[in-house]
Amino acid sequence: MQHQVQQAEIVTRPKARPSFWSRMVRQRQLIFMSFPMVFYIILFAYIPIWGWMFAFQQYKPGLPIFEQKWVGFAQFDFLFNDAAFLRVLRNTIAMSLISLVLSFVTAIGFAVLLNEIRKSFIKRSIQTISYLPHFLSWVIVTGLVSTALSTEDGIVNVVLMKLHIISEPVVWLGEGKYFWWIVGFANVWKELGWNTIIFLAAIAAIDPSLYEAAEMDGANRYRKMWHITLPGIKPVIVILLILNIGWLLNGGGFEVQYFLGSGQVIDWSETIDIFVLKYGLRLGNYSLGVAAGIFKTVVSIILILLANEAAKRLGDERLI
Amino acid sequence: MQAVKSRFKPEPFLFHTFNYLLMLFIVIVTLYPFLNTLAISFNSGVDTTRGGIYLWPRVWTLKNYEAVFLTGHVFDAFWVSVARTTIGTALGVVLTAMVAYTISRREFMFRKLITIIFVLTLYFSAGLIPSYFLVKELNLLNTFLVYILFPGATAGLISGFNMLVIRTYISSLPESLIESAKIDGAGDFRVFVSVVFPLCAPVLATISLFIAVGQWNTWFDTFIFASSRQNLSTLQYELIKLLSSTTNFNANPNLTSTAAKDIAARITPLSIRAAITIVASVPILFVYPFLQRHFVAGLQLGSVKE
Repeated sequence: MQHQVQQAEIVTRPKARPSFWSRMVRQRQLIFMSFPMVFYIILFAYIPIWGWMFAFQQYKPGLPIFEQKWVGFAQFDFLFNDAAFLRVLRNTIAMSLISLVLSFVTAIGFAVLLNEIRKSFIKRSIQTISYLPHFLSWVIVTGLVSTALSTEDGIVNVVLMKLHIISEPVVWLGEGKYFWWIVGFANVWKELGWNTIIFLAAIAAIDPSLYEAAEMDGANRYRKMWHITLPGIKPVIVILLILNIGWLLNGGGFEVQYFLGSGQVIDWSETIDIFVLKYGLRLGNYSLGVAAGIFKTVVSIILILLANEAAKRLGDERLI
Repeated sequence: MQAVKSRFKPEPFLFHTFNYLLMLFIVIVTLYPFLNTLAISFNSGVDTTRGGIYLWPRVWTLKNYEAVFLTGHVFDAFWVSVARTTIGTALGVVLTAMVAYTISRREFMFRKLITIIFVLTLYFSAGLIPSYFLVKELNLLNTFLVYILFPGATAGLISGFNMLVIRTYISSLPESLIESAKIDGAGDFRVFVSVVFPLCAPVLATISLFIAVGQWNTWFDTFIFASSRQNLSTLQYELIKLLSSTTNFNANPNLTSTAAKDIAARITPLSIRAAITIVASVPILFVYPFLQRHFVAGLQLGSVKE
């Protein structure tokens, strides 16, 4: 294609490359088709970065932005000496890691076991059902979670009592020590099926002759899973793990904590996003809210760049 | 051969029994909360408070659904949700595909620049407060337009991820189709409309589903940008108001007719919540199984490059 275009150019204009403007005229249709959306994305995604100035000021409502008092890094200083923010940071990282590990282990396990089901009708039905929760909103999912965990008739308490594991209903959502795990398992419940899609594709791409060779050597089912299936999908696992490290400060989602958290578990449930919402919009401390938001974005970008570098070193697959 | 087949092998049998039981467990855990809510939504509210409703209603009634649609704001909110989903999805998918086409053209001079501008948006965001001020400056607070325009995590006109998925698909189309249309005198816009767009049907179905699910399920933009206008409230937002408030549904001042009051006397927040949950989730649950083949392929295309 490139070649043909160059040839056409050579015919019409020997030696000289067509000028910038004449190329623009020739490609005017492509420009008209793309530029409105480019301006749109610049307006909504790039222009607001200008608001990061607030983080270096002590914002007072009513004053124009350039007449605000500049305070340098004072907001960031305050954040990192604030016990509340450090607790928020701890919660965020803990819930991210718990959600990440639980999601990966369950999705890989589910994909490997689903792959062992030979009846394609049953396999497909299970998959369809497993995708269902992905399409429900977090509003609905957290509603279902709190119903399932409720002390009155909640299915978790009912089953655990029937099995005599507990003697009276546990107030799951009322105690901080359970909260991180509830968020982790809520994530697993919602996304288990969805997360397996990529792993199933990776398993399907493994060369079947490897399995045949292993069978000849007398390998049983478990040895084949361990020595062929898992190593076969290892590149995909590594890439996805690295990619997910960039979300470390997302805390495994914002809505789960926002809806399931309550005054009783606030020391365990608040994440950076909720902190920004609370200080920034509800309490009107814009400067502090923006500072926390910048911290999150900058750390995420650094993590992604590091992850990309790590992926490059591990193999030739790259993310960006 | 016959002998081999009939010989009993304990290992595969045990494994498959265990595996099928585990799958059954996963299916039950996945479906139970939803089926339980369905049962509660069809059960008489007063009876539900006595407990013991699991998978099947004890006292059948449609009163909960009547209450949802006759009283309160759910009916209006339902239509706002439908409007934002249809308009947002139709506009979003066409515009995303159009940009994706332009950056799939190797000769396009701004191809690299535009790709970088969109890819970067995948990795950072300006944050909540700056975005709030932008929306405020654009006079979009408390307008329907903010639902279509604001690029949240899931909604918005165009997302870099969706665009890259479509671009990958377009790049896999045979170049000769586009070439021959151009030789016949078609410009890029014409090529996009009559050749590329129809050929992209599978991937566009996937992206439409993604955008529609995002539009239908989001509540955050209503909460942040439009919470002071009741007529802009969406289904998800109504559900939040019910979940977060302990105020009794009966206290709704909008109950005017005696019929509505009569209904309100016989329903409880729990059963109303169940009914709205079903109303808010059923439309999407009817669509996704039909698109399953496409979105599975689309997701693989987007994630595992080359």
